[in-house]
Amino acid sequence: MTSKAMRNQSLGYKIFVIVILTLLAIFFIFPLYWIITGSFKDNATIIAQTPQWFPLNPTLDNYVKLFKEPALRWLINTVGMAVGAMILTCITAALAGYALAKKRFYGKAILFTIIICAMALPKQVIVIPLLQEMSQIPWIHIDFSDFTTEMATMHDTIMAVILPTVGWPFGVFLMKQFSETIPTEILEAARVDGAGELKTFFSIVFPMLKPGVGALAIFTFVNSWNDYFLQLIMLNSRDEWTISLGIARLQGEMSSDFGLIMAGATLAAIPIVAIFIAFQKYFTQGIAMGAVKG
Amino acid sequence: MAQNSAAPAPAKKKQRKSQFAGMSKALVRRETISAYLFLLPSLIFFVGFVVIPMCMCLVYSFFDMGINFSSATFAGLDNYVEMFQDPVFIKGFWNTVLIVVVAVPTVTAFSLWVSSAIYQMNSKVRSFFRCVFYLPVVTGTVAVTVVWKWMFDPYNGLLNQLFGTKGYDWLGDAKTAIWCIIMILFTTSIGQPIVLYVAALGNVDTSLIEAAQVDGATKLQVFWKIKWPQIMPTTLYILVITTINSFQCFALIQLLTRGGPSHATDTIMYYIFDMAYRLQRFGYANAMGVVLAIIIAIFSAIQFKIAKTDTE
Repeated sequence: MTSKAMRNQSLGYKIFVIVILTLLAIFFIFPLYWIITGSFKDNATIIAQTPQWFPLNPTLDNYVKLFKEPALRWLINTVGMAVGAMILTCITAALAGYALAKKRFYGKAILFTIIICAMALPKQVIVIPLLQEMSQIPWIHIDFSDFTTEMATMHDTIMAVILPTVGWPFGVFLMKQFSETIPTEILEAARVDGAGELKTFFSIVFPMLKPGVGALAIFTFVNSWNDYFLQLIMLNSRDEWTISLGIARLQGEMSSDFGLIMAGATLAAIPIVAIFIAFQKYFTQGIAMGAVKG
Repeated sequence: MAQNSAAPAPAKKKQRKSQFAGMSKALVRRETISAYLFLLPSLIFFVGFVVIPMCMCLVYSFFDMGINFSSATFAGLDNYVEMFQDPVFIKGFWNTVLIVVVAVPTVTAFSLWVSSAIYQMNSKVRSFFRCVFYLPVVTGTVAVTVVWKWMFDPYNGLLNQLFGTKGYDWLGDAKTAIWCIIMILFTTSIGQPIVLYVAALGNVDTSLIEAAQVDGATKLQVFWKIKWPQIMPTTLYILVITTINSFQCFALIQLLTRGGPSHATDTIMYYIFDMAYRLQRFGYANAMGVVLAIIIAIFSAIQFKIAKTDTE
């Protein structure tokens, strides 16, 4: 093969790759596009036999209908759940990851092995026994409409979703990976200077872990937001639902009102997609880091 | 994992013993106490909401029970015996295996192809594509699933309008339903593998590639002889996580078909949910959970074995 022929072939291949990638990109963006545009279509457009690629007479009816449901409450629940899980996970995982990476102690090898084994197990399998566990732990329920409280179990509260998310050891593993990169000399210098354990952690270790904590934060937020199975099992009453559960139930109750369902899906997807695009860099870095030696 | 102790251990075996090299007993004790104090908050959650439920799952699988343990009666291996005679479980098992056997290789191969195509592009284009393929993951299973449900709808769905197959029920036909589910699972599964592969390919030692190219190696040779062995750990990780995720395929099924038509899309995970949530048979559901975990462990072990012989 002459070099000219080779160049032509590789140029042809390059064009082929770009065309295919573009088509695939359209295929992957399309569902989100269809959700958003669908939420602005009126019912006549939705049941029409020819698809309308863009809503020609946009309407907000679907959103009006959506907010007659406790959709705002669902959104607040979801944000509360995701933020709670995120903060607790970041704090506990940073502390534990640092200890696993930089401390020498009895039981370290066994503990790390247990953590790795747990991560390899199917997460959803433990949700059924978790439901049984949660329906035995007492917890206060607060009714936000009149601020009355009653004692019941943790099941059907947001805590039942947050606590298992925090317990999942991926965060500890990720923080251990990041902590390995901290030079031991710095920690020893701090000790020589007489800094206590907590001071060393908060003034030296934590600032150096910031990119990792950022990655873990966004990762936990997105995962917790989208963990449908756990939410479905744990949250029963309409006022406790998350936005994902709300759409799923709406779909079950009024299966052909696609405009309303798309409005709900838009409400669920837009915040999380916006957050993802804004913090993309941390996110991809975190995923890649978690896999090193994985 | 080895510590930067004063004397680097010569052999791998000795590394564990040399963890405490040069430390006095008092120092070791102090370090151990402080380490566990750092670990304590995390361990409370880990033990309370991961380890204990795991143990509960195993113990409860030997009982016949509702949601509370107080009403449980010991059933020995009855749940396990029943499972292997339960036609719905067996159907669910084969459906799950079909999903895994189709989805895992396609996701892995496809994400590798996309990553190889984009990892050398300029960083803006690369992060655009990476973002696009990650989009369905972020959008969330529920939002993605409901829009697909609309597109598959026999009367108002986009697919029938495009293909002119008026009134065809994609999800109501046992022949197409499971393939629709696999397709959606595919779109929500390739985001993470692409991110991982792009990172791994970017870390491949370029001096080796250049040397091979000087020696006249073709692109394919460079890929199989140099890049492939170096990205093997990533491939293995991707295989394992994709397998675990595909085995747990649940939301798609619950939202699209509820296991139907006539159990054509039942999976183990959906059956577990149905058994616990609707039929309140928690002992049986937990026994199926244990079996699912064992099946996943076996699949992962096989992948590790194959990957090992492949690199040696």
